[in-house]
Amino acid sequence: MNNLDFAFLANASTLGYLWKGLQYNFQLTVVAAAGGVIWGTLLALARLSSNKGLSLVASGYVNLMRSIPLLLVVFWFYFLSPVLIQWVTHADRPPQIGADRSAYVTFILFEGAYFCEIMRAGIQSIPRGQVGAAYAVGLNYWQAMRYVILPQAFRNMLPVLLTQTIILFQDTSLVSLLNVTDFIGASSKLGQSTGHLVEVYTFAAPIYFLICFALSLGVKRLQKKIAIIR
Amino acid sequence: MDLKILLEQVPDGDGTWLMSLASGLKYTMIVAALAWIIAFVLGSILGVMRTTENKWAVRLGNAYVEIFRNVPLLVQFFVWFFVLPNLFVSTKHLVNSLDPLTYQLGASVLCLGTFTAARIAEQVRAGIQSLPRGQRDAGYAMGLSQAQTYRYILLPVAYRIIIPPMTSELMNLIKNTALGYSIGLVELFFRTREMGEMTFRYYEAFTAATVAYVVIAMIANRAMAVIEKRTAIPGFISGASAGGGH
Repeated sequence: MNNLDFAFLANASTLGYLWKGLQYNFQLTVVAAAGGVIWGTLLALARLSSNKGLSLVASGYVNLMRSIPLLLVVFWFYFLSPVLIQWVTHADRPPQIGADRSAYVTFILFEGAYFCEIMRAGIQSIPRGQVGAAYAVGLNYWQAMRYVILPQAFRNMLPVLLTQTIILFQDTSLVSLLNVTDFIGASSKLGQSTGHLVEVYTFAAPIYFLICFALSLGVKRLQKKIAIIR
Repeated sequence: MDLKILLEQVPDGDGTWLMSLASGLKYTMIVAALAWIIAFVLGSILGVMRTTENKWAVRLGNAYVEIFRNVPLLVQFFVWFFVLPNLFVSTKHLVNSLDPLTYQLGASVLCLGTFTAARIAEQVRAGIQSLPRGQRDAGYAMGLSQAQTYRYILLPVAYRIIIPPMTSELMNLIKNTALGYSIGLVELFFRTREMGEMTFRYYEAFTAATVAYVVIAMIANRAMAVIEKRTAIPGFISGASAGGGH
């Protein structure tokens, strides 16, 4: 067994550097999960729409996103984000945004495809009669969705949405391959500059495990709680 | 967008960019195939262990799944490539004697194989547990041993039930090979990036890779559908839905 030396980790500035990286992962996860659920819900409504064209476009988008590697998507949006933002904001030229910012666009648009499939299953789990009942009391389509269908679909799917969010949290580590200083990016940079690559990864892996394991236990408890109420 | 770039020669290489991408695709498929074998065998064993009455087998199986599911795949790649070989003097000597490509291939196959095994174990467990308890009891009542009950009663049906989610796992595995890029494996994504960096034709390179991945996903999907049809038991509706994740 080789000797591992963790002493270099035990100082405030090193740990602060890693903590800052981890905070970025959390931030990206929360923003992408919120944005992804909204985008995914809209996609799900489009997929289930009676408008053939709309549902075809939405399912094409979802299937495309789900059949290519996330890493490819991360790099695609790294190139495309400036162009997309220019198109949305009508700016004169593409804004200069770093990989750390383009990642927000990437993860919202990519995870939206996965959240879409979850929300679609959630909407389809609601008995059809409820839609009819909502229309019968005079609600229009958006009101029926907003007040009757989506709240129930969302609640039924909450554990699955949260499990997907834990996967999203793990996936955010891929931004390190675009040289972003997230937790694992910070670990890599630290390991390379100090020559302790083995030690930093030995340190980082259990930390990821503890965070994700704790979160998944939380989801399991929530699942039990919801199951009783229902 | 001008796809003619794909037919231009690679500087210092012997062939076109298209051939360079094809050689990357070859490694993507090799890694996926070898990792799938490990994942299928190991995942089946772990999945079965988790449905036995042996408490320790269940705990061991559960622990394996939790560990491999709760660490990002990228970090697992780094652990297999940087950490594990350097923990022991003997393994350090071993990997130093390998040529880089063999080392990267070996680490990628082991990493993806053990990672996917955790996911397959979960599917196999779910498949076995979805069978009515009476089937197991009937096997025992006929005098079959536990091993025989699994071999002749439970597994033949369980495997058929889980074909749809296993299709998703196979497609996830193929997509996940792209992470081999992080340890320098010359698979499809690596070649795509390389082409982008050297020619500055990022859109062409990434479009070609996207098309390749979509085509593979479609072929894998069709192949599994054929297997599903061929192995279907008359009168059974296999309807387990595919899960999320990637």
